[in-house]
Amino acid sequence: MDTSQYMQMFIEESEDNLQRLNENLLELENSPGDLNILNEIFRIAHTLKGMAGTMGFTKMQKLTHNAENILSELRTGEIKVSTELIDILFNSLDALENYVDEIIRTGSEGHEDYTHLIESLNEILEGKGQEAETQDKAAAAKEPISTGEITLPEAQKNVVREAQRQALNVYQIHISLSPNCVLKSARAFIIFRELESIGEIIHAVPPVEDIEDEKFDLDFDLVVVTSHMEDEIKDILMGVAEVDTVNISRVSVEDKVIESVDAAAPAIEEIHQEPDQDEKPKTQSKIRPVASKTVRVDIDRLDALMNLVSELIIVKTQLEGIGASEAEDISYGESIEYLERVTTSLHDAVMKVRMVPVEIVFNRFPRMIRDVSRDLGKEINLIMSGEETELDRTVIDEIGDPLIHLLRNAADHGLETTEERLAIGKTREGTIELKAYQDGNNVVIEVTDDGKGIDIEKIKQSAIEKNVVSREIASKMSEKEILDLLFRPSFTTTKEITNVSGRGVGLDVVKSKITNLGGHIEVETKLGKGSNFIVRLPLTLAIIQALMVQLGDETYAIPLSNIQNIEDIKVSDIQYVQNQEVILLRNEVIPIIRLHEILGVERQEDKETLMVVIVQKGDKQVGFVIDDLIGQQEIVIKSLGKYLSGIKMIAGATILGNGEVALILDINTLI
Amino acid sequence: MEWMIVETSVSTKQYVILQLGEESYGVDIQSVQGIEKIVTVARVPQAPACIEGVMNLRGEIIPVMNLRKRFSLKQKEHDEDTRIIITRIEDSQVGLIVDEVNEVIELDDEEIENVQIIDNNVDLEYIAGVGKIKDGTSVVTLLDLKTLIEDTLL
Repeated sequence: MDTSQYMQMFIEESEDNLQRLNENLLELENSPGDLNILNEIFRIAHTLKGMAGTMGFTKMQKLTHNAENILSELRTGEIKVSTELIDILFNSLDALENYVDEIIRTGSEGHEDYTHLIESLNEILEGKGQEAETQDKAAAAKEPISTGEITLPEAQKNVVREAQRQALNVYQIHISLSPNCVLKSARAFIIFRELESIGEIIHAVPPVEDIEDEKFDLDFDLVVVTSHMEDEIKDILMGVAEVDTVNISRVSVEDKVIESVDAAAPAIEEIHQEPDQDEKPKTQSKIRPVASKTVRVDIDRLDALMNLVSELIIVKTQLEGIGASEAEDISYGESIEYLERVTTSLHDAVMKVRMVPVEIVFNRFPRMIRDVSRDLGKEINLIMSGEETELDRTVIDEIGDPLIHLLRNAADHGLETTEERLAIGKTREGTIELKAYQDGNNVVIEVTDDGKGIDIEKIKQSAIEKNVVSREIASKMSEKEILDLLFRPSFTTTKEITNVSGRGVGLDVVKSKITNLGGHIEVETKLGKGSNFIVRLPLTLAIIQALMVQLGDETYAIPLSNIQNIEDIKVSDIQYVQNQEVILLRNEVIPIIRLHEILGVERQEDKETLMVVIVQKGDKQVGFVIDDLIGQQEIVIKSLGKYLSGIKMIAGATILGNGEVALILDINTLI
Repeated sequence: MEWMIVETSVSTKQYVILQLGEESYGVDIQSVQGIEKIVTVARVPQAPACIEGVMNLRGEIIPVMNLRKRFSLKQKEHDEDTRIIITRIEDSQVGLIVDEVNEVIELDDEEIENVQIIDNNVDLEYIAGVGKIKDGTSVVTLLDLKTLIEDTLL
């Protein structure tokens, strides 16, 4: 069956399912007894398995199947949820993600079997669990690669047993190529193809990837399951040019109890290290990615597009009519105007389609923080907010890595250890806050921790030691300038290098990534209280919910996120505090600002009641007097351009449905 | 008698001629993106006085400068002939409100004179020269848009 047309769907849904598995698994860890979560996990895993199977990704299917077995035992209560168990399940998810990544890159699931994981999963099933771990590590030390007889990994042994049961032949074939052979990998490929036509290659030493990359000398070993006999195979192989010798021996596996090769701990390492392996990038560059970038689009937004296109068609018909009847100029002008309005809105609508919530990036952080928290032995509470803030798809793709880095930094360098925290009277659990919000033309993402903060003196000293700045200059630098040193290349204050952060990749990389996106990053810190990294990403096409208000005959937009509520107040209720108009509202004194005056709009005569929009910034509240409300609307923020960027109280402009422009008030500078 | 052949490389530029009251001005067509009929312009608070506001040009928000205000001329109601010249300097667009746009003319270097008016009251910075048109019977003031716009707005 040709499944290529379903590939895109498979990839998207698998990524989705894996993300949901991650989330649910986290929840399960927090409430181990919750059967609903367990059922949900089981259901998703089952879907994933089915889809992988349909697409012919058998390794992926197998791994999921093994994980599913565990889940089903969990459901029946045969096994209890434990941290080790959750760890292994998380590792399995990572492995599955690797499969999906590989599929995105190359279109096939690759050759990694994750045998260790499958074994660990099976061990849990057999109730072995932890006890096995210690002895496994010893076993893992002697790796199976040998020159003579191949030691097969456990999964392959199972295959061999199965083959023996079905009375198939299992051979180990030692093949030596002729020393004159030029294209060794091509020869190997032909050999593989020949063998695959008569049987199945279940194992190779060196691994198949290496053979394909010509990372072998002249000989390699293959283990093949086939119904053919030794001589036949030999004939076939000797028929391939440049094959020197072929030695075939029968492989048999004793039916003894599973001797585990590896366990959970080394498996984790393997997975983590995988992307670092140097042969990876090479294969990557050779193969064209099969998956293109996609954006999931809210059906409403597509409907809006559809409506606009239908309007375009109406205009077209109108224009045709005019052309035919040579009617009045006026209707022609009107149609053109209409056309312009529609195209403008169409442009906006298409822009909106490109916008995706930062949630997509944020989603994976709880899982990451869990792992980091376990690695570091710190208790960390991650609070996320503003996941719904939207960013352009291209920005979303790029912002993940810098954020991961900042979060890891916060966990590793920012937060103190539990003992330290308790000693200085802080809560046991360190808090890392990740929030995203819209600020005028920017989307701001903040990573805040309540840890030890950054020691400015220490940075200064370190900078002098490393000759980043001279002592003289350093003494004149402001705190902010010194903090900026953190973003200089290879500047790191911690001497120890930990697994979590500080692997030679510094904040400079974070900064350059953000700068490339046209954004900028700064840090605020209070020694002993914590640090706050603020990432600002500029947006020419951000979309926000806004309240449209009328002032005189002008229309302004106030970002809805700033608005607390709208009140009608009596003019007679206004009081004065030091010449400032204030009102008392629910026991709070709120200053009143006449927007007319600030914005230079002609003020209308005071009516008996004033309409006041109460806006909030931090814990400050202010009431803006407006003339009328127009309503709530989703608006696309556009920049006023470089010439008018100096005007502080205007955050940008937006285009209204009638094609006119409305300015967006920048609440932050108005309060 | 010896003849010498002289290569004269006369460079010709095209200018958009616009009208402000009685005076004609020319702007280099290279920096003109289009000419639009007057549209509704949203006033921008605290903007320089000559900035009428911002307009929507096919989805882009661009500032609009009123040249009459910029040159401190008497204000005139917008009418049928009023146009907005959309200019682009580097990557930024600015609209210029003018009374009228007349034509596009070609001027050789030779037809352009440098201005030498010694009068401190006349701001010469943004005048690129004076072009002679209609066989020298009439003149247009050529504007250096970059200086004009950037001096006003930056």
